Amino acid sequence: MCLGIPGQIIEITDIERKLAVVSIAGVKRQVNIACIVNEQHPPETCIGNWVLVHVGFAMNRINEEEARETLKLLQELVDA
Amino acid sequence: MLPPSPAPHSPTLLPIMKYVDEFREPEKAQALYREIAQLCKQIARPIKIMEVCGGHTHTIFKYGIEAILPDNLELIHGPGCPVCVMPKGRIDDAIAIAQNSHTIFATFGDAMRVPGSKMSLLQAKAQGADIRMVYSPLDSFKIARDNPDKEVVFFALGFETTAPSTAFTILQAAAEKVPNFRMFSNHVLVIPALQALLNNPDLQLDGFIGPGHVSMVIGIEPYEFISQQYHKPIVVAGFEPIDILQSIWMLLRQLGENRCQVENQYSRLVEERGNSVAIEAMNQVFAVRAKFDWRGLGEIPNSGLEIRGEYAQFDAEVKFTIPNLKVADHKACKCGEILKGVLKPWQCKVFGTACTPETPIGTCMVSSEGACAAYYKYRTHIGGGHREPQMNLTL
Repeated sequence: MCLGIPGQIIEITDIERKLAVVSIAGVKRQVNIACIVNEQHPPETCIGNWVLVHVGFAMNRINEEEARETLKLLQELVDA
Repeated sequence: MLPPSPAPHSPTLLPIMKYVDEFREPEKAQALYREIAQLCKQIARPIKIMEVCGGHTHTIFKYGIEAILPDNLELIHGPGCPVCVMPKGRIDDAIAIAQNSHTIFATFGDAMRVPGSKMSLLQAKAQGADIRMVYSPLDSFKIARDNPDKEVVFFALGFETTAPSTAFTILQAAAEKVPNFRMFSNHVLVIPALQALLNNPDLQLDGFIGPGHVSMVIGIEPYEFISQQYHKPIVVAGFEPIDILQSIWMLLRQLGENRCQVENQYSRLVEERGNSVAIEAMNQVFAVRAKFDWRGLGEIPNSGLEIRGEYAQFDAEVKFTIPNLKVADHKACKCGEILKGVLKPWQCKVFGTACTPETPIGTCMVSSEGACAAYYKYRTHIGGGHREPQMNLTL
C-alpha cells in the first residue's frame, strides 16, 4: 500500500489545481504536486525535480545529494 | 485480437530507473551481507528485528533476503499492511455503503478481496454493486464529477503515507463544491500501533526497521519514544533490497555498540521533520479517532483518522447508515498472531490449504504485502522446510 516510485517532473499542466506530468522511466503520467509546493517552492520551480510518486501524488522531493552520500558510503563498503 | 507478444527478456532492454537500479546492485548486497554476517557472529545471540511495513516484507521475500541471513538473525514481519489490519466489520460497512442504489464505490485494488463476514467487495461487485478499482483518490473524485446523479464514495485506507493524498482530494472537493463525493475513512496511524506492539509482553524484539514512506510524511522525530522509553534501536528504511540490507547492518551496529537510536537510512527521501505541507493538509481534514479496531491487534487508542466536522458533508459515515458491528475473525485464522509477529504463517493450520491468495480466509493472505501471501508466493517455508538460500538480485 505504501509503495512509491521515483519519477521526474517534466511539465506543469495546471498551476491552480497543482497538476504536473512526471516521467517514470520514460512513461509519462499526471500527478498532483500539492504535497511539494509552498511559498518557497512554487509549482513552476518543480520542473526537473525528482519526486516519489504514490497514488497519483508527488509525495516528496528526492534529495539528490543525500542519495549520492548513501551510495558513496555503500561503494566504500564494496571497495573495503 | 491477441495482444502482441512481449519482447524477449533482456536486461539491456529494460529502462534505467534512477534511484532504483543503484539500490539493487549485487556487489553492494554482497558487501553488506559480509558486514551483517560478521556483526551477527560478534553479537553471538539470537537477534529479532521487526520490519514494520508490509512494503518491506514484500521486498524481503521478493529478493530472498530472509533466506541468506545468518541463523541467529530473525526478521519478524509487522502489522504495517493497511489491508491486513482492516477488521471484518469495516469491510461489511464498506459493502453496505456500496450496495446502496445510485452509489458508486471506488477503492484501491488491494481491498477488493479482503473477506468481510459474508463476502468481499469483489463478491459484492459480482452481485451487482457498482464497485470500481482506482489508482488514486483523484480518480474517484473524477468519477464523482462525471456522474453528478450518483453518490460516489472512496474507500480511504492506508497509513500516513496515503492520508495526505485523500486529505488533498477532500480539500479539492470542498474547493470545487462537488456535492456527490464522499469518503469512508479507514486511515490508520503507525505510532500507536508500534506502541501497542512494544507493550505486548509476548513479543521480544531487539529493534525495528522503520517504515520509509510513512516517515517521508511524519519525519523521524515521532519514533524517539522507541529509543528513549523502550531502549530499542530503529532505522527508517527505503524499499529496495540494498536499503533493507543497509538498515539491518545499521541496526546490528547499534546492537553491537549497545546503542539505541533513531537512525535514517532513507535520507534521500525522509527528512527529520517530514513533509510539513502534507502533515498540515492531513491535520486540516482529519481528526484522530479515540480508538480504532485493528484486525489481530484489537482496539488501539488514538490509532485511526476520521473526517473533521468541518468536512462532514464529505464523510460517508455521516451520509450513510452503516452497520458498524464488530465481527470476530475466523477461528482457524491466525492473522492476529502473525501480524503481531508471534507466529509464522506456516504455523497456521489453514495456511496454503484452506487459505490461499485465491480464496483467502485471513487478510495476511490477501495483500501482496501480507506475510502469508509473501510466504505463499515465494514459497520460502512451505511445509516448514527451508529452501536453499539464495538471493535474487538480478531481477
